[in-house]
Amino acid sequence: MALLRTRRLEAYYGDFQALFGVDFEIDAGEVVALVGANGAGKSTFLKTVCGLLPAPRDAVAFLGEEIGGLTAAKIVRRGIALVPEGRRLFPSLSVEENLRMGAYVKRAGPWRLESVYRLFPRLEERRAVSATALSGGEQQMAAIGRALMGNPRLLICDELSLGLAPVVVKEIYQALATLCHDGLTAVIVEQDVAVAQRVSRRLYCMQEGRITLSGVSGELTREQISQAYFGV
Amino acid sequence: MLSFIDTIVQGILLGGLYALFALGQSLLFGVMRLTNTAHGDFIILAAFAASSLAMAIGLPAAAAPWAALLLLLPLSFGAGYALQRFVLNGTLGRDPLPSLVVTFGLAIVIQNALQQIFTADPRSIESGGLNTASLSLSAGLSVGVLPLLIFGAAVVLTCGLQLLFDRTDLGRAFRAVSDDREAAEMMGIDHRHVYALATGIAFLLVAVAGTLHGMKTTVSASDGPALLLYAFEAVIIGGMGSFYGTLAGGLILGVTQDVGFRIDPGWGIWSGHVAFLAMLLLRPSGLFPRTR
Repeated sequence: MALLRTRRLEAYYGDFQALFGVDFEIDAGEVVALVGANGAGKSTFLKTVCGLLPAPRDAVAFLGEEIGGLTAAKIVRRGIALVPEGRRLFPSLSVEENLRMGAYVKRAGPWRLESVYRLFPRLEERRAVSATALSGGEQQMAAIGRALMGNPRLLICDELSLGLAPVVVKEIYQALATLCHDGLTAVIVEQDVAVAQRVSRRLYCMQEGRITLSGVSGELTREQISQAYFGV
Repeated sequence: MLSFIDTIVQGILLGGLYALFALGQSLLFGVMRLTNTAHGDFIILAAFAASSLAMAIGLPAAAAPWAALLLLLPLSFGAGYALQRFVLNGTLGRDPLPSLVVTFGLAIVIQNALQQIFTADPRSIESGGLNTASLSLSAGLSVGVLPLLIFGAAVVLTCGLQLLFDRTDLGRAFRAVSDDREAAEMMGIDHRHVYALATGIAFLLVAVAGTLHGMKTTVSASDGPALLLYAFEAVIIGGMGSFYGTLAGGLILGVTQDVGFRIDPGWGIWSGHVAFLAMLLLRPSGLFPRTR
């Protein structure tokens, strides 16, 4: 049984339709990448899954239960955590307080402050400073750590590499690879196709609100992906 | 010299009362940017409720107001929670106008309901002589016991509120929701519940402020807007989002009013407003903006 599955998922901003019948699934223990150009609907898809945009009840199933249209607060309690685009740390909270906010849902599991600090030792050094005083890379680490603190069954990462130096991106993805090696299930949204192919087992490509390609990451060719990515 | 010290001391004690008026307003503004224009009327409502409860309880006058306050606290919290959950949450959004209009309407309803039920006659909460008791600090300088108590309550509640904000899970949730409501939602925080808790706590402060105010002086149904104005001025002088700032704002307002009173009895309230306007001109963000 798939951990998360969407069936003919549609989403709207007012009268504007942003998603057209998206079928997506991910099994437990899998890392799946979602690629696509700006405006392809990747973030809309994530927001709809996480409850930040309305969805029909039966369009999204998690652990076999229909969760479409539940509030974001209810969905995160069921075990889907989002590392949002742009990090969205709380500026008036310290780094450690930001991490503690992730544990607000009080889900049981291996992730606590100590284990997050073991994964990202730099955060421990900077635990007392305001989240806004961190570098971009450290902020991304804090955002991942905050999501992990909720001990999610599924981690969704939106544009981890956005605005970060290549060396920092490498460091972040190394940490992510460690997590996935330990059995974390993750959806990775990424603009850099090469990175996406390397870190994921399977890959979906979106264009104009539709899934235009899906397959095993290692078996897809550059041509197939750019065809699906740009539609040329 | 002694009369100068006396003026400052009395002003500080008066400022404690203003800080009590202002704390609830400061909390609501800090958590959800809500300006409750019925805040003063809720304080008057609490004073009338405490007065009625105190009379109904039938205890000696020295104990009745405190028993009434104890009864009033849970009622007030529940009323605040329900008001936010079922009325005010629906008015919050990018546009500040709906919440202003709704609370303004509530203010009118409360004033008229109080006048209908209790008539326009001022009343006071009988405290068994506490409101006239005083402590002599030195020859020519004495302070009222009740004003001292009110000042103490203001300091304790300010520190308590600041600790709640800085140190507890609920305080972190308050700040997180205030920073970024959607991101807080992604942490599993139900903002409607958190907002309602904030208003519940603000209404605990309203109950304390109303009861103490009613014990100190007489209250009448139409007093609310004046209290709102003092609360407002204290919050602005202190700076939005800081409870210590709100306390400082209340004290500054109290001292300037008292100094004004000593110069000319007609200048008291007026000089408070002048201090407020001067602050708006010189430091529009207040003394301690956003220092939580």
